[in-house]
Amino acid sequence: MRSRRSLLLIAAIPVAYLTYFYAYPLATILITGLFPDGKLAASSFVDIVTNPVVRSVAWFTLWQAVVSTLLTVLLGIPGAYVFAKYRFPGRSLLRSLTLVPFVLPTLVVGVAFLAVFGPGSPLGFDLRGTVWAILIAHVFYNLSIIIRGVGVFWEQIDPRLEDAARTLGASRIRVFREVTLPLLRPAILSSAALVFLFTFTSFGVILVLGDLQHTTLEVEIWRQATAFLRLDLASALAILQLIGVTAILVMYGRAQKRVSGGLPLRPPGEVARRPASVGEWAVVGATLTMLLLIVITPLAVLIGRSLSTAEGVGLSHYANLIHPTGAFTLFISPIEAIRNSLGFALPAVLISGIIGLLSATIVVSGRGRGGSTFDTMLMLPLGTSAVTIGFGFLVALDQPFDLRSSLLLIPIAHSLVAIPFVVRSTVPVMDAVQNRLREAALVLGASPHRAWREVDLPLVARALAVGSLFAFAISIGEFGATSFIVRPSTTTIPIAIFRLLGRPGTFGEAMAMAVILMAITAVAALGIEAIRGSRTGGV
Amino acid sequence: MLEVSDLTVRYGAEIALDGANLVVADRSIHALMGPSGSGKSTMLRAIAGLEHPDGGDVRWNKTSITDVPTHRRGFGLMFQDYALFPHRTVAGNVAFGLRMQRLDADTVRARVTSVLDLVGLPGYETRSVGTLSGGERQRVALARTLAPRPRLVLLDEPLGALDRSLREHLLIEMHSIFAKVEATVLYVTHDRDEAFTIADQIAIIRDGRIVADDTPEGLWHNPPDVWTANFIGLENLCTLAGLARLGLQPPMTGATAGAVPPEAITLATDGTRSGIVVGSHFRGGAYRVELDVGTDAFLVAWSPIGLEPGAQQRFEIAAGSVRWFAD
Amino acid sequence: MKRTSLIAATVLVALIGASCSSEPEGPSEITLMTHESFAVSDGILEQFTQETGIAVTVLRSADAGTMVSQAILTKDHPVADVMYGIDNTFLSRGLDNALFLPHTATDIGSVPDGLRVNGDPVTPIDFGDVCLNTDPTRLAAAGIEAPATLADLADPAYAGTLVVEDPSTSSPGLAFLLASIATFGETGDYPWQSFWADLAANDLRIVSGWDQAYYGEFSGGSGEGQRPVVVSYATSPAAEVFFGDLDAPPTDIVDDGCFRQVEYAGVLAGTQAEKAAGQLVDYLLSRTFQEDIPLNMFVFPANDTASLPDLFIDYVPTPTAPVVMDPATIGANRERWLAEWASVVR
Repeated sequence: MRSRRSLLLIAAIPVAYLTYFYAYPLATILITGLFPDGKLAASSFVDIVTNPVVRSVAWFTLWQAVVSTLLTVLLGIPGAYVFAKYRFPGRSLLRSLTLVPFVLPTLVVGVAFLAVFGPGSPLGFDLRGTVWAILIAHVFYNLSIIIRGVGVFWEQIDPRLEDAARTLGASRIRVFREVTLPLLRPAILSSAALVFLFTFTSFGVILVLGDLQHTTLEVEIWRQATAFLRLDLASALAILQLIGVTAILVMYGRAQKRVSGGLPLRPPGEVARRPASVGEWAVVGATLTMLLLIVITPLAVLIGRSLSTAEGVGLSHYANLIHPTGAFTLFISPIEAIRNSLGFALPAVLISGIIGLLSATIVVSGRGRGGSTFDTMLMLPLGTSAVTIGFGFLVALDQPFDLRSSLLLIPIAHSLVAIPFVVRSTVPVMDAVQNRLREAALVLGASPHRAWREVDLPLVARALAVGSLFAFAISIGEFGATSFIVRPSTTTIPIAIFRLLGRPGTFGEAMAMAVILMAITAVAALGIEAIRGSRTGGV
Repeated sequence: MLEVSDLTVRYGAEIALDGANLVVADRSIHALMGPSGSGKSTMLRAIAGLEHPDGGDVRWNKTSITDVPTHRRGFGLMFQDYALFPHRTVAGNVAFGLRMQRLDADTVRARVTSVLDLVGLPGYETRSVGTLSGGERQRVALARTLAPRPRLVLLDEPLGALDRSLREHLLIEMHSIFAKVEATVLYVTHDRDEAFTIADQIAIIRDGRIVADDTPEGLWHNPPDVWTANFIGLENLCTLAGLARLGLQPPMTGATAGAVPPEAITLATDGTRSGIVVGSHFRGGAYRVELDVGTDAFLVAWSPIGLEPGAQQRFEIAAGSVRWFAD
Repeated sequence: MKRTSLIAATVLVALIGASCSSEPEGPSEITLMTHESFAVSDGILEQFTQETGIAVTVLRSADAGTMVSQAILTKDHPVADVMYGIDNTFLSRGLDNALFLPHTATDIGSVPDGLRVNGDPVTPIDFGDVCLNTDPTRLAAAGIEAPATLADLADPAYAGTLVVEDPSTSSPGLAFLLASIATFGETGDYPWQSFWADLAANDLRIVSGWDQAYYGEFSGGSGEGQRPVVVSYATSPAAEVFFGDLDAPPTDIVDDGCFRQVEYAGVLAGTQAEKAAGQLVDYLLSRTFQEDIPLNMFVFPANDTASLPDLFIDYVPTPTAPVVMDPATIGANRERWLAEWASVVR
C-alpha cells in the first residue's frame, strides 16, 4: 500500500491538469452564459424545461445512446471473444482494421453509409432518415472500443476458471453466463460507459445521418451557441446534458462492483489458439462475417470511391494530391497534412498517457478513499459538449498565459477525450494485479517506486498500449471538438478532407485523403499489435 | 470403472500423449506419477473432456465417453492452483456444480453445508475466496469438486502449492474423506511420498506412455525398469561393474543394473565388505550413512549410532536382497 | 513514483513554456481570424508582409456562425486583430455587439454601392450567389423541364427532386430560406411558409450540410445521389469544369431565388494594433488579394477593378436579380424565421 502522502502527490498532477483545462473553462463559460448581465438568466431554464422540442431532443439523446451502447456491446463481445481466444490468418490485420472507423470524419462515413445502407444499397434497404442509420453508424464507430477494451482483459483471464466450471457440469453457454461474463463485467461496464458517453454526445453522426426529429442535445447546444447565439440557452442545455451524463456515471459507479481478490491473469499468448472444432470455426466465421459487413464494407466503399475516376479505376485522385497539377496546386500535400496530424497526435498521446496512468494509479490505490469517485469524474469530459469546452477555452484561458490561440490547446483538447480511454483500459488490469506480486517485488528488495515500475507497469503495459492507441486515434481523427477552437492555420488530415469536400469536383481527392487517414490508423494499430506480440512472453 | 486405451493427444507437432493405457477401478485411489512434461496433466484434461484426443478411447463402465462433452461426464476436476471463481463466495463456489444439476435451493444449501463440514470449513459459506489462506483455498476447491458427487474425482497436483507440514496433514485428511465418500480418484502428482501415502495403485507416465502400473508395494519392490526405479527413488542403484566390485553377480543374463535396499545392509565390524564413511546424518531414530565402496560407488545404509566421516567401516549385504534390472 | 511525477511536471511546464514563446507579440505581427473555408495562394500573405513589414498569423475557426460567436465571447480581450469572413447573414450580430472599429479602406471606391455597409464598420471583400443547381441529364431522363422559378418546385411534377440544407446548420441553407422569404413574402395569399409546406409535401430532402446535399444527394456533376435539384452556388458548375478538367459545365443554375452572400472584413475592437489591422483590411481589398480570391474560394471579388479569371468569365452565370437583403432585417428576424421554418417542415 502506498502511503497517503505520496498518493496525494500523484493525485495533484492529474487533478490540477483537469481542473485547469476542463473544470475551470467549463465553469467560466457556463457562468458567462447563464449570467449575461451579471444576473442569472433563470428564464433560460424555464425555456428549456417547458419547451417540448427540448424534451423530445433530450429523450431521443438518451434512448439512442442506450440502444446504440447495447447494440455495440452485443456485437462487440463476439468480436472481443474471437480476437482474444483464437489465432487465425489475418487476425492482427483484421483487429487493426476494426479501429479504422474510429478515426474517420463523419462526413466521410456519411458517404460510405449512403453507399451501403442508402438508396443504391446492395443489401436492398434504404435506411436514410431512419434512426437505424444513426444506430448502425454508432456501432460502426464504437465497435473497436468494446473489441479492444473487453478483449485486452479477456485474453488474460485464466482459462482454467472456465475449465473448472465445465467439469462442474456447466455447458459452454452456462460457463459464459456464470463465469466468463461476471469476470468480464468490469471491463464490459468500462467500455460500455465510454461508448455511452460517445453516443450520448454524438455530434457528427447526427449532423450527417440525423434529421430534425433525430437530433441530440449536443447538436442543439451547437445550434443555439452558433446559429442563434443564445449562449444562455446553450449553457442551460449543456447543464442538462451534464446532469444526464452525471446521473449515468453515478449508476455506472454503483454497478462497477470490484472483482474480489486478485484475478489470476495469464500471459495472453498462452490463451489464444487456433480454432479446433467445426463449431469453433463456425463461431469465428460468423463473427468475422459480421465484422466484415459492419466495419469492412463501408471502408471498402471508401477505397472504391477513391479509385474510381472518369477513366475507370485509377490512381489519379491520389496523383492529384501528391503531385498537384493545374487546379490542384491549391491543395495541401498529404505529406504535410500527415506531418501536422502527427504533430498533434504525439503530444496528445504523451499527455494522455502520463495523466491517464497517474489517474489510474489513484483510482486503484484510492479505492474506498474516493478513488472510485475520481474514476467516475474522469469520464465527465467525454460527456461534455465539445462546443461548450471550446468556447470555455476562449473565455477562460487568457490568463496568466494566453493559451487561446496556442497550438498546444489542440493536443490538450484531444487529451481530455483520450484520458478516460487510458484510464478505462488500464484500471481493470491494475485492479487485477495481485498485491502479492507487488509485495513479492518489495520483498526482493525493490523500492515501492521500483516495484511499481517492475511489476505493475509491465503488467499494465499492454493495456496502456491499447489506451494510447485510442488516444492516437482520437487525436488523428478528431475534427468536431477542435473545430470549436480557434487555431493557427495548420491543416491536419481531417481538415484537408473537410476542405476537399467543401467544393464541387474534388470528391475523389477527399476520398483518397480519407484512405490515407485509414492507412495511417491501420499502420499504427498494426504497430501496436507487433509490440504486443513481441511482449507476449515477457508478462 | 474408467478405462483409457491408446489415448493420443498432439499439440501441433508435439506429442503429449502417445497411446496411453490406464484402468482406474471403482472406489480406488489411483495415483498418476511422472516428471514434468510427461503428459500427466494432458491425461487428466483428456479424461475430463477438456482436451479432445487425436486417437484412442476413454470409457466409463465399458461405454465410450470420448465424444461426451465435459459438462455431461459427471467427473470432477480439481486444479493445481484451484481456479476458484473470484466473483463468488465460498458457498457460491461450492454450490456451482450443484446448481448445474438444477437442484433446488434448499438441497443445494444443505449439501454445501455438509461438504464444507466434510472438508473442515464449517461456517465458511459467506467468506470471499480472496480472503482465504492457502490451505483453506485447497479445502474449498476440494469441497467444490466433491459437492456434485462426481463419478470420478480428478486431482491435478492438489497439494503442490502448500507447505510440507500442511501437505502431510491434508493428505491424510483427503484420504479419509475419499474413503468416507467412497470416491473413485485419479490423483496426479510428481511427489513420490504423496503417491505412496494416498494411492491404492500407482501408474507411472513417461513421455506420454504409461510405463508402470502397480500397487505401491509392488512398484517399490519390483519396479519394471531402471528409469522407474530411479524415478520412484529407489536407493543404491548401481551399475553391474559397481556391484561386481562388491562381489555381487546377477543371477540371470542380460541384467544391466541392480539395487541394494539400504535395509539389507548390516553394519558390523566382522562384515565381509568395507567402505569409507563419507557422510552420517541423523534422520530421527537412526543415522543415514553414506559409504564410499570404491571408484565412484556409494551405498546408503542405516546405522543406530553416528559414524565419524573418514573412518573405515565393514558391512554385510543380506543374501538374495539385490533387485536386478534387465533393460 | 516521485520521479515519474517529476517527469510529467517537467513535460507539462516545457509544453506550456513552449506555447508562450510562440505567442505572437508586438506591432509587427497581427492576427487574422477567419472561417474554415479560407484559402489563399502561396505567397499572397507574404507579399503583404514584404510591403508593410507586418507578419500575419491566420487563426481558423469553424463556420462563420461559430467564428462570430467566438469573437463576441472574447470581445474584451480579442484573440485576433482582423476578422474576415463574416457574411451578411451574421453581420448584424457582429454590429449589435460592437465587434468592429470603423475603417474606410483605400480601395473602397471600387466596391459597388450595393455591397457597402453604411458607415463602413466592415469592408466587403467578396460576394457570391447561392442558387439552385440542376442536373440536366437526369431531368431530361425523367422527362421534366428544369424549374424556371422557385414556385415551380412546389408543383407535384417536381416531387422528390429537391435537396436543401438545413438553414440552422448550413450557410447556403440559410441563404436559400432567406431567398424564399424575399420571393414569397411574409404575408399574402402564398407566403413563404406555404411554399415550404408544399415543398415538404413534395418529398423534400433536408440534410445538414452542403457536402451531404451536393455529394450525397445531388445527381449532377460529381454528386453521387439521386436528386436533380440542389441548393448550391452559382459558381458550382464552373468549379466542376475546373476540378473535373471538363470542357463544359455538367450542371446548370436556376435563375430565380438566388441569394447574394457578401463576406466582409473588419478591424476587431480591442485590437492593440489598429493601424496595422487597417492596413491588412486595405490589402484584402487590394487588386493583388482580390484577384487571388476567385479560384481559391469560388466567389467574386468585391473590388470591381480586379480582373476575373477566364473560368469565371466563361462559365459562371450572373443571376439577373439575386435577392439582396438588409443585414439588419436578417438579424432581427432570423431566429423567428428559423423556428417557423422548423415547425413547417418538421
